[in-house]
Amino acid sequence: MNIAVCIKQVPDSDKVTIDRETNRLNRTGVPSVINPFDENAIELGLQLKDKHGGKVTVITMGPPQAEQALRDCIAVGADEAYLITDRKFAGADTWATSYTLSLAVQKAGDFDVVLFGKQAIDGDTAQVGPGVAYFMDIPVITYVKEVEKTETGFKVKRVTEEGYQLWEVDGKAAFTVVKEANTMRLPSLKGKMRAKSATITTWGADDIGAEEEKIGLKGSPTIVRKVFSPPIKTNREIIENEDPKQSVKELLGKLKERKIL
Amino acid sequence: MSPKEIWIFAEQREGVLSNATLELLSEGQILANKAGYTLCAMLLSADDTNLLQPLYNYGAKKVYSAVDKKLAYYQNDYYSKVISDLINEYKPEIVLYGATSVGRSLAPTIAVMVYAGLTADCTELDFDTEQMLLLQTRPAFGGNIMATILCPNHRPQMSTVRPNVFKKKKLGEKEKGEKITVKVDLSKVKERMRLIEETIEEMDAVDLCEAEFIVSGGRGLGSPDNFFKIQELAKELGAAVGASRATVDAGWIAHFHQVGQTGKTVCPKVYIACGISGAIQHLAGMQSSDFIVAINKDAQAPIFDVADIGVVGDLHEIVPELTAQIRALKK
Amino acid sequence: MEYFLTDEQKMIVELSRKITNEFIIPDRARLDQEEIFPTEILKKIADADLYGLYIPEAYGGFGGGVMDFILAVEEFSRGCIGVSVSFAANALGIYPVLAFGTEEQKQKYLPAIAAGTSQAAFGLTEANAGSDAGGVQTTAELKGDHYILNGTKQWITNGGEADTYTIIAMTDKAKGARGASAFIVEKGTEGFTFGKKEDKLGIRASATRELVFQDCKIPKANLLGKEGQGFIVAMKNLDHSRPGIAAQGVGLAQGAMDAAVKYSRERVQFGKPISAFQANQHKIANMATEIEAARCLLYQTARTIDAGIKDFSQESAMCKLYATDVANKVANEALQIFGGYGYMREYPVEKMFRDAKILQIYEGTNEIQRNVIALDAIKKSAKQDR
Repeated sequence: MNIAVCIKQVPDSDKVTIDRETNRLNRTGVPSVINPFDENAIELGLQLKDKHGGKVTVITMGPPQAEQALRDCIAVGADEAYLITDRKFAGADTWATSYTLSLAVQKAGDFDVVLFGKQAIDGDTAQVGPGVAYFMDIPVITYVKEVEKTETGFKVKRVTEEGYQLWEVDGKAAFTVVKEANTMRLPSLKGKMRAKSATITTWGADDIGAEEEKIGLKGSPTIVRKVFSPPIKTNREIIENEDPKQSVKELLGKLKERKIL
Repeated sequence: MSPKEIWIFAEQREGVLSNATLELLSEGQILANKAGYTLCAMLLSADDTNLLQPLYNYGAKKVYSAVDKKLAYYQNDYYSKVISDLINEYKPEIVLYGATSVGRSLAPTIAVMVYAGLTADCTELDFDTEQMLLLQTRPAFGGNIMATILCPNHRPQMSTVRPNVFKKKKLGEKEKGEKITVKVDLSKVKERMRLIEETIEEMDAVDLCEAEFIVSGGRGLGSPDNFFKIQELAKELGAAVGASRATVDAGWIAHFHQVGQTGKTVCPKVYIACGISGAIQHLAGMQSSDFIVAINKDAQAPIFDVADIGVVGDLHEIVPELTAQIRALKK
Repeated sequence: MEYFLTDEQKMIVELSRKITNEFIIPDRARLDQEEIFPTEILKKIADADLYGLYIPEAYGGFGGGVMDFILAVEEFSRGCIGVSVSFAANALGIYPVLAFGTEEQKQKYLPAIAAGTSQAAFGLTEANAGSDAGGVQTTAELKGDHYILNGTKQWITNGGEADTYTIIAMTDKAKGARGASAFIVEKGTEGFTFGKKEDKLGIRASATRELVFQDCKIPKANLLGKEGQGFIVAMKNLDHSRPGIAAQGVGLAQGAMDAAVKYSRERVQFGKPISAFQANQHKIANMATEIEAARCLLYQTARTIDAGIKDFSQESAMCKLYATDVANKVANEALQIFGGYGYMREYPVEKMFRDAKILQIYEGTNEIQRNVIALDAIKKSAKQDR
C-alpha cells in the first residue's frame, strides 16, 4: 500500500509568547515540534503499512528547518521524506498551501491514501486536508478514527459531535485523523540512526511546476490584518478572607448584586 | 443594483436545524444591518418543509433551498458541488458556516473550489464599513493570540464560526421570507463515498454545550474522589459538570466533561472554575461565558485574569461552604 | 558538564529519557505498590532497539559497548531502579554466553535477547553462598550426554520471568574454587522450578525468586566454556556488570536530587522557599558534586572496558562502590529535604530511599568491593617496590 502523510512543523504553542510592545509573536527559542495532530496521522499510516505492507512517505511544506520534523518521522518508521521549500511559498494561507502540497504529493508518487492530522496547532484551521484532496480530485473524509482497507477502497469510522458514522469510500482517498485514533509509537534506535543519515528530497516551486500566482502570499485569498493578545477583563473583583464562610457570603452577595443568581 | 448578500449555510439533520445555524443567522442580522447587505440562508435537504419558517424567524430574508434525495445528509462531494454551483451563480459577498464537524469539512472544500478565502473557528465577526470588508477574528497558537483576518479581493469572504459563541435572537414566529428553489442536478457527480451507518451515543448528564450553569474542577481538586464536591455544587445549581484537561488526562473524569481546546467550547451564563489554573487551552474553551467565577488558592493563577469574580482560597473549604449556603438560601 | 557522547549515544540517552518520562515515572508507584513485573515497559524498551545495545550486530544487536548500555540504565534508573534492574539483569544473565559461549550457543541465545523477546538471569547466589561465592553447593553431574543439576539458587533477579539462565554449579567439589562450571539452563526444563516471589523492602517491581533444581537434566552442549571455569566466568561477569549497578546508583541519585531541588524551590517556610536556607543549599551542593563524581568514575570505567583494557576489576569495583554509596546518601538527604512529605508514599522519594539500599548489597556487597579495591592497591604497591 502506498501511503502519504502530510505534516507540518509548528512551534510548541504552549511556549509561544507575545511581545506586548510590537504585538508580534515571540518565536525565538520556542522549540519546533511535529504538529501533535499529525502524529496521529503518521501512526495511522504506519499501522496500515504494518498490516498491508508498502511504504509511508511523509511530505511537508515549510522553511528549511522543517527537515527535522521529517527526520523525526523517519525515526518512527516512515520510509521516504520530501521537503517542499521555497522563498516563494512564504505567506501562504491554506488555499496556497493546499495547492502547493497537492502538486508535491502527486509528483512524489501514486498514493492509495493521503493522511493529514485534524488541524495544525498554530493555525487551527483544519483546511489543508480537504483542500489538497480537492486539488487531487480524490474524496476526503474528516475526523477519521479508524481506517480499514477493503477490496474497492476503504471503510472508515468518523467521529461526530453526537457519536460516530461509518463511511465507505471508493478508490483512492484522503483522510484527516483525530487525536483519539491512536498514540504515536516511540522512535527506535535503528530508526533514529536511519533518520540521521537519510536523504531528504527537497523541491522548490519550479520542481513541482507551481504557478507563481497560486503560491505564497500572491496566491492567498486571506491576509492577517492584525495580531493581538486576548483582552483582559476589567471590572474584576477578588475576594480573599481568612474565613471561607466569609468569602462565600461575599461571593453570594456580589452574585446577587450583579443579578447572576 | 440589488444589495449584496450574506449567506448562512443552514445545517440540518433529519429535519432539524442546528443551533449553530440559528446563532449564525442571529449574528448575520447584525452584520447585514451594518453592511446594508441582505441576509440569506442556503439550505440543502431531502425535504425543506419545516425548515424554511425557522430560517425566516431568525432573520433570513431569502432561503436558497436545494432539495434532493442525495442531499438528505452531509456528503462532501454532493454538498460541495451544489454549494459551489450556487456560489458561482449568485456570487454572495459573504458565506458563513457553523464550525461543526460538517462545517469544518465542507467549507474548506468549497473554498478551494471557488478560490475563496476561508477563516476557520471565528470567535468574532465585524464589518468594516470604510473598506466594506468582513473582519474575521479568531484565536491562533492555541488561543495564545488573536488574529483578525481579511479577504480583500477574493469572493465570497467565508468563515466558519464556533457554536456557542453568538447568542440566538429570534425575530418572531411568523417572519416573512422568500424561497429561491435551486435546481439540483447531481447526475454527473460520481458517487465516491456513502454513509453506511450512524450511531448516536446516549449522554445522560446535562449537556455541557447547552448548560446555563457549569461548575468545573481542575487539578486543584487533588484527587478524583474530590470531584464529588463539584458534583454536589452542580446539583444545587442545576449545573453541568466540566473538567480541565489535566484531570481528564489523569483519568479522574471522562473526556466527555473536558472543557478546552481539545475538549468542548462552552458558553454558559455562569462558569465556576474550581482549582483550575487557567491554562490557555482551557480558557479557549470557556472564555466567552457570560460570567466567570474562579476559586483557586493561588492568587497569581491566570484564571483570575478572565474571571469576573475571583475567590482566593482553598476550594476544599470554599466549594462545600458555597454548596451549603446556596442550599440554605433556597429554603 | 560535557560528557563527550557520540551522536549515537546521545540518541540512546534521548530515547531512554523519553521512555522514562512517558512510561516509567507515571507507573512506578503502582508497580512498586502492587509488585508488578514491568513487562509492558520492557517491551517498549525492546521496541526502541535498546535491548541489544551490547550484543554484536551479527546476533541482531546494536554492537555497542558498556558505555552505550550504562547510558540507558542510568536514564531508566532516574525513574525506577526496579524497572532498570529488570532490564539490566539481562546483561548479567547473557554476558557469559557472549564472552564464553560457542558460536552455536551464541546463535541460539543471543538474538532473542537482542530483540527483547526473551529475558535472561544469572544464578550464582545460594543460601550458604553469598559473599562467599566459593561456598556454592549446587551440583552438576555429568551422566552420559547430560548434566544433572541439583540444588537451589536464592534471590535471583528476573527469576521466573527469564527464559535463559546462566547457572554456576559444582562439577568437582574436590577441586574447590576450580571445581565449578557455568551452564545455560532454559525455563521449562524438567526438574527446574521456581520458588515464591520474594517480598522485598525495595525494587518491588523486580521479580526475585529461588531457582530450584531437582535432577534437572540439561544437554552436555549447555556447558559454558570448560569444566572448572565456573568461577572465572562468574568473576568476569560481575566485573563486567558492576558498571551497570553503578549506573543505577547514578540514575537514582540524580532522580532523587532533582525531585528534592524542585521541591525546595516550591516549599515556603518562614516566608522563603527552603532552597534559600544555607543548610539545604549545602546538602544540595554535596549531592550535586557526589553525583557528578560518581558519574565521571562510571563513564571512565565504562570507556576503559570498551577500549579493551584487560584488567579492570579495581575500576569496576570502585565505580560500583562509590555510586551506590552516593545513591544511598543522596536518597537519604533528598528525603530529609522533603521533610514530612518525604515520608509519605504519595511522594516519590520514600521509594527511592527504600530502593537504594539494595545497591550496596547485590552484585557484590560494598564490603567485598572494598576488599577487591584494597587488595589491588596493595598488589600495585608491592609491584612498585620491585
